[in-house]
Amino acid sequence: MVHNELSRSPTRWEQGIDKCFRALSSFHAWFIILLMFFIIGRIAWAAFPAIGDYNVQFILGRQWNPNAGQFGILPEIVGTLTSSLLAIAVAGVLGVCVAIFLSEHFVVSVTLGALTKLGFGNNPKTYWFAETVEDVLAKTIELLAAIPSVVYGLWGIFVVIPLIRPVCESLHQHLGWIPLFSTPLSGPGVLPASLVLAIMILPTVSSIVRDSLLAVPSKLREASYAMGATRWETLKRVVLPTAKNGIFGGILLAMGRAIGETMALAMLMGNSNTISWSIFSPGNTLAALLANNFPEASKTQIPVLMYAALVLLLMTFAINVLGVWVLQKSPLSEGTAK
Amino acid sequence: MSQMNAITRVDTADRFALTASLDRKWLERRTLINGLVIGCILLATLAAVIPLISILAMLVYKGLSGLSRASFVSLPPAAFEEGGGFGNAIVGTLIMVLIATVISTPIGILGAVYLAELGKTKWLSTALRFSAKTLNGLPSILAGVFVYGLVVLLFGGFSALAGSIALSLLMIPTIVLVSEEALRSVAANVKEAAMAMGATKTQAIWKVSLPAASPGILTGIMLAVARAAGETAPLLFTALFSNYWIMQNGKMSLTQPTASLSVLIYNFSASPFENQIQLAWSASLVLVLLVLTTNIIGKSISRRSRPR
Repeated sequence: MVHNELSRSPTRWEQGIDKCFRALSSFHAWFIILLMFFIIGRIAWAAFPAIGDYNVQFILGRQWNPNAGQFGILPEIVGTLTSSLLAIAVAGVLGVCVAIFLSEHFVVSVTLGALTKLGFGNNPKTYWFAETVEDVLAKTIELLAAIPSVVYGLWGIFVVIPLIRPVCESLHQHLGWIPLFSTPLSGPGVLPASLVLAIMILPTVSSIVRDSLLAVPSKLREASYAMGATRWETLKRVVLPTAKNGIFGGILLAMGRAIGETMALAMLMGNSNTISWSIFSPGNTLAALLANNFPEASKTQIPVLMYAALVLLLMTFAINVLGVWVLQKSPLSEGTAK
Repeated sequence: MSQMNAITRVDTADRFALTASLDRKWLERRTLINGLVIGCILLATLAAVIPLISILAMLVYKGLSGLSRASFVSLPPAAFEEGGGFGNAIVGTLIMVLIATVISTPIGILGAVYLAELGKTKWLSTALRFSAKTLNGLPSILAGVFVYGLVVLLFGGFSALAGSIALSLLMIPTIVLVSEEALRSVAANVKEAAMAMGATKTQAIWKVSLPAASPGILTGIMLAVARAAGETAPLLFTALFSNYWIMQNGKMSLTQPTASLSVLIYNFSASPFENQIQLAWSASLVLVLLVLTTNIIGKSISRRSRPR
């Protein structure tokens, strides 16, 4: 064999290191996989005594009375679902709008149009400026996801609740016969919690939907414009139907976020063990229940709380798996249409 | 426009072509609907930016006035007490996030290396990616519940270490997923060139792939740090809270309950005392500055290295 400095076969020693590194890497791969199973298994195992004691009665019960040994989490399940559904209704509409706004380059064309009218057309700086404006908007909305949940909670207590209170009061006074408005807003409640939650999950919706809108081949859009369709007609008949898996997947994943979200809801829902039709009444969620009860839980209460944690885990798991599956089923994912 | 009119009206049987035309009048129904919808989309986008502006404005308005040197160097005030600060909470947050980063970075990067470079068995890679995505969607409070059952109950008591482990569980999936993306974006022919010169796969990874992907990996780590620093739920019953410094008598005690900025904000937000609420706002301002700076710097690292 010719010895030269540039290329040579690996020595025994180097092959040994290679084997070790490969083993180390797959060890960590296994570690992460087993970690997931271990988390699920550990929580289920800790919940096991309570599952035996309370079984289905736990999920259907409405009382939470540690002194009497009564535990039921139906109000928490209902509260979790109503708050996240309300939030997703608001965040879904807003998030899809934001995603459309950013992916269809409305900002670029509007800014470019305005600048051209002002006589700045045909200048490379004009294009740069228009793109920067859009980029800044997109980054700003992404930043919403970076703000800690506890800060949202603080903002909700001191800004959102005082802001919506007068509106809610008058709705209750004039339209109180509608079950949705049947109680006054006494401070924390389902509506302020859901509104804040909607803002928190909006970036999740908009970033996933934006990605799937950008994955729609631009030839499809151009073909539609060439036929004389307006922007809205193109969106309605071409872009949105093509990207519908991405939109539903994004909404499902955001829903998973909403169900597991803890701090803002613990601060804004009111921690009351009630089921009510009214969106102004206080309520509770599974995650908030855990946050409030775990720090001073007694030995007997821990299995019960673990059971509640298991229910929450299964709910988020189901929704996340469904969301990932819908996203993967999309005709646009993984290079099938490019 | 008049030139365009000449070439419109493509008469095909297609319904779509019949309803559409390149001829656009201002007061036509389609044009008005289009304008209306675009206007609504614009309003919705602006509505989404308002909360962010409102939060930042409130933080500056309410938080800045209470911020002084004392906020950073003194302990949280008790009820009815004036003054005070959140120095121990800043130290606690920084230490716990640092330990969590030390735990999660090697695991995350090695997992990503397996996914992007070494994974030969397809089902194992699929299972790993699925696990990382599932862990990414794991509600942060459940990380706290898990660590409570595993560490706090077994080793008797709330501690900074338990808090760090809970935070590291949330950082691992972010680091894995972002680093995998970064490693995959390294051009394959560069790696192949290294292998063709006789490098082992390990040498190719250490000398070619990882250095080339390092900005992206650093972005992943910084995003994970930013997320962990703001988390409250996993710390509530792992690190709990403490009114004292983590350094006692010159020794750092990682096995004692530890303060953090986020738990301080949570505790003080429900306080009836004006001074404590004021401190909650100031602490929020500090926390948001910390988190947003890390987030923005992290994102800009990989953007600069990859020209678009």
